[in-house]
Amino acid sequence: MRNRLIELAEKSSHPVSKHHFEIGDTVQVFVRIVEGDKSREQRFEGTVIRIRGAGTSATFTVRRVVGGAGIERVFPLHSPNVASVKVKGHGKIRRAKLYFLRERVGKRTKLKERIVRKVAAEGSKPRSRSRSKSKTKSSEASE
Amino acid sequence: MSTALLGRKVGMTQIFREDGTCIPVTVLSVGPCEVVQVKKADGPDGYSAVQLGYEKAKPKNVTKPLTGHFQKAGVAPKKVLREFRTEVNDARGVGDKVTVGIFGDVKFVDVIGTSKGRGFAGTVKRYGFSIGGKGHGSMKGRRPGSIGMHTWPGRVWKGKRMGGHFGAARITAKNLKVVEVNEEHDMLLVSGSVPGPNGGLVVVQKAKTAKVK
Repeated sequence: MRNRLIELAEKSSHPVSKHHFEIGDTVQVFVRIVEGDKSREQRFEGTVIRIRGAGTSATFTVRRVVGGAGIERVFPLHSPNVASVKVKGHGKIRRAKLYFLRERVGKRTKLKERIVRKVAAEGSKPRSRSRSKSKTKSSEASE
Repeated sequence: MSTALLGRKVGMTQIFREDGTCIPVTVLSVGPCEVVQVKKADGPDGYSAVQLGYEKAKPKNVTKPLTGHFQKAGVAPKKVLREFRTEVNDARGVGDKVTVGIFGDVKFVDVIGTSKGRGFAGTVKRYGFSIGGKGHGSMKGRRPGSIGMHTWPGRVWKGKRMGGHFGAARITAKNLKVVEVNEEHDMLLVSGSVPGPNGGLVVVQKAKTAKVK
């Protein structure tokens, strides 16, 4: 269990449920990049294969394959530099960490798509930090 | 001026700032303390200081002499008592509460704690000596190597760094930046690390050699 005061200290640093996505989702991550006095947003698209950690130190990993080479980027979940995360689709998954995708080549790197009917409800659902893993699992079991 | 308080180290975490940089912070639970005794320069003590009490103690765990001491001051028994020197014109009296609010406009603090005990430690851990080779018949490993010369001086210099008891000593972390002062929860956030284990007693005071800034 995490300490009450530590959570309080972190509170100002990460607004809860800033991003809504789950393991296996195909996402577009927009990263704020500051060059001198100019700032722009860089996009990175791929599959979320891991959400780990608790509190401000939580991160998520996005994997994509470019020209046969796998690229993984780790983003701090609560960093203000991660401006927004756009969910493009949901993957049908049965585990919390999708490391098995690393061994796959070609067409098999794609996850089967999971169709979510209520899109509006999905957006308003608060993602309770990294604990969404268990939530994903239970929704899978009911299918 | 004694801007000092007793507290406990809660633990470490990190905090994001608006510009996206991430700073490591230590969470300290500081105060509230009560003044149990005041010493005056023009009194029998001959110097000015305040004695602060921290953390409520069960009366059954307090010795009879100390119970009398607390009764005289009219404050509830405390677990920790510590004296801090003050300026002559310090206005605080017996029974006054001191909270983390005194650090409200302080930029840098010194945090004094007792470092984690390492027991009998070798020169590598204790003094940062380099380690020797590990394989190919090397017998160096973590040994300290030569500790001196030959017939002259025929002895080992005093103060030669060798293995021995390490840690569990009073350490002062100087000039730590104050990140946040939360009076409601008696919480203080300082940038960087603080000596001692989580839950260890610390003394927080205004930085003595404050940086110019």
